[in-house]
Amino acid sequence: MAKVVAVTGNEAVANALRQVNPDVCGIYPITPQTDMMQRYASYIANGQVTTEPILVESEHSSMSACIGAAAAGGRVVTATSSQGLALMWEMLHIASGDRLPIIMPVVNRALSAPLNIHGDHSDAMGARDTGWIQIWSENAQESYDNTIQAFRVGEHMDIRLPVMVCLDGFIISHSIERMEYLEDKEVRNFVGEYKNFLPLLDLEKPKSYGPLILTDLYHEYKRAQHEVMTKVKDVVLDVAKDFEKLSGRTYGLFETYRLDDADIALVILNSAAGTSKDVIDDFRNKGIKAGLLKPRLFRPFPYEEVAEALKNTKAVCVMDRADSFGGYGPLFMEITSALYHLKDRPALINKIYGLGGRDYMPSHAALVLNELHEIAKGGKIRIIKEYLGVRE
Amino acid sequence: MATGLTLKELSKKEDLLTHGHRMCSGCGAPTIVKMVLLATDYPVIASNATGCLEVSTCISEYTAWKIPWIHTAFENAAATLSGVETMYRSLKKQGKIDKDIKFIAFGGDGGTYDIGLQSLSGAMERGHDMLYVCYDNGAYMNTGIQRSSATPLGADTTTCPAGDVIPGKLRVRKNLTKIMAAHNIPYAAQASPSHWMDLMKKVRKAHEFNGPKFMNVLSGCNRGWRSQTNDAITLSRLAVNSCYWPLYEIEDGVTKITYTPKDKVPVADFMKPQGRFKHLFAPANDWLLKKVQEEVDKEWEKLKKQAECGC
Repeated sequence: MAKVVAVTGNEAVANALRQVNPDVCGIYPITPQTDMMQRYASYIANGQVTTEPILVESEHSSMSACIGAAAAGGRVVTATSSQGLALMWEMLHIASGDRLPIIMPVVNRALSAPLNIHGDHSDAMGARDTGWIQIWSENAQESYDNTIQAFRVGEHMDIRLPVMVCLDGFIISHSIERMEYLEDKEVRNFVGEYKNFLPLLDLEKPKSYGPLILTDLYHEYKRAQHEVMTKVKDVVLDVAKDFEKLSGRTYGLFETYRLDDADIALVILNSAAGTSKDVIDDFRNKGIKAGLLKPRLFRPFPYEEVAEALKNTKAVCVMDRADSFGGYGPLFMEITSALYHLKDRPALINKIYGLGGRDYMPSHAALVLNELHEIAKGGKIRIIKEYLGVRE
Repeated sequence: MATGLTLKELSKKEDLLTHGHRMCSGCGAPTIVKMVLLATDYPVIASNATGCLEVSTCISEYTAWKIPWIHTAFENAAATLSGVETMYRSLKKQGKIDKDIKFIAFGGDGGTYDIGLQSLSGAMERGHDMLYVCYDNGAYMNTGIQRSSATPLGADTTTCPAGDVIPGKLRVRKNLTKIMAAHNIPYAAQASPSHWMDLMKKVRKAHEFNGPKFMNVLSGCNRGWRSQTNDAITLSRLAVNSCYWPLYEIEDGVTKITYTPKDKVPVADFMKPQGRFKHLFAPANDWLLKKVQEEVDKEWEKLKKQAECGC
């Protein structure tokens, strides 16, 4: 029986982790994630879970310890944000290179300098090439659901990869929303017992983790990582199907909203998609065929499926809450790559919005949709990449 | 049943680091690892910082380790092992493991004194049941003999080269053994492979404490020290006998010198056969050679006082 609650995103994810009850958990504070792991620490202190915590002295050590724990043989989680994820960067590659299914909620936050604690996607976008699976979440419910599904995806015997579950700092992590919890038992059954693969703690068959591999085999090793990524989409969809049976909530590689017959569309990640959907309804009411695509699985990126979903649109704006300075926004680059192979492509523009937690307002979405409407009517693209909502 | 620490008994034990690894001829590190593992009478899991020992013992499909072993990066052998040890505790608590397992981290001085100090300090403070063994050869030898905070005063390295104006390293070494003892861990010790019985006794003692233990072991490196390949043990002995590398332990905060040289030799005896100190024997650098001796004497006197007062 689902339980309806009003909780923050952090509390929702902390509860998902509690229900899974992993063997080891790395804990280190960083705003806006802190509140998630301190809740988890209280579950440990109150005996609600059997997890052994590692109260590390940095995020670098947190990921190092999580890698050691996962290699030892068991279910491992940690969580982080922003500078913490940046400090882990070296170790993120090692977690995926060693094929260790660590699950890590990332409460998205801006990167310094200047120092800023609020939500944007610079942190996780900076980690997009680290070999981790990335699943993005619009609200508390999706953050909770994605966290639970992440264990099944990462730990799948054909995959064995670490997974980041991304949710927006403060906007989701600290806002109270209505959502539904599954029963503890349902979650535990859904996730299942952890299956070991080559555990270090197996004394009978000693293993060496982390060899030096030079020009002879490194290339093949990396190709194997690429190949396993190609299997992730199917597993994500299979897990989503099972999850739907349990929860009644549907998940795919991405979500589309009024996109089927849309002439113009926004592509946007996470919480801002919710705001955008309201404005799309307004435009539909005005007779303008607007729609939206919200990526869920960002790594691996479902290029073909996204191209299929956007192929009938006339103009698309890709909204990035992160910048690749000197380049286009990271999401824009993916969508452009996805659409390039289509014979008839929509016009594409890129807006950078909401950096450092700057509010994304319905008026911003309206401004962009109006611009797309003009382009779709045969107008020219004024500028490809532009910052939205800048104070001049 | 513990193996007796006699050559006869130890010779019957299997080396857990096999032959065929690619460490340089004359390197102290594999000898130290073998001694540490021979002295360990428990199932053991090791972690290894990036460095000579790591790159030379596990390459592509080949590993020299007959025990479970993990390398992740340079600065985090302690943090990585703390994760392995925590999973062990978690599974033991859940009744999924019943064996008693020991955990040992190996790191060079670069990975321990410098880039790995935070990770090591964190693991020691958290109280993981593990032994950290630093094999200290006094520089970043794997990358080509660059200065570390363990590089001795006056040494010539590729980043503090002895030049016409600057005669090598002008700073004294960091005293890591004391820094580790200051974490109030149950056991910290300094050892040398020249005094193998002392080293192995310390390993054995360390394993009997529950919690974090640290051992700093002098490790000869003929490439970096610019010495002969058959000199590692001789030079280590001279390091001990000159009190450049005193052998002692700090057990629950109480310092004990485990070996006092009958005739303390001048530190120059340790330095003379090493090319890294060659420039100090030029008349112009006599002041620095004297300063090295003064520093060694000062530290030795401090250590003796510490041992005498039982603190």
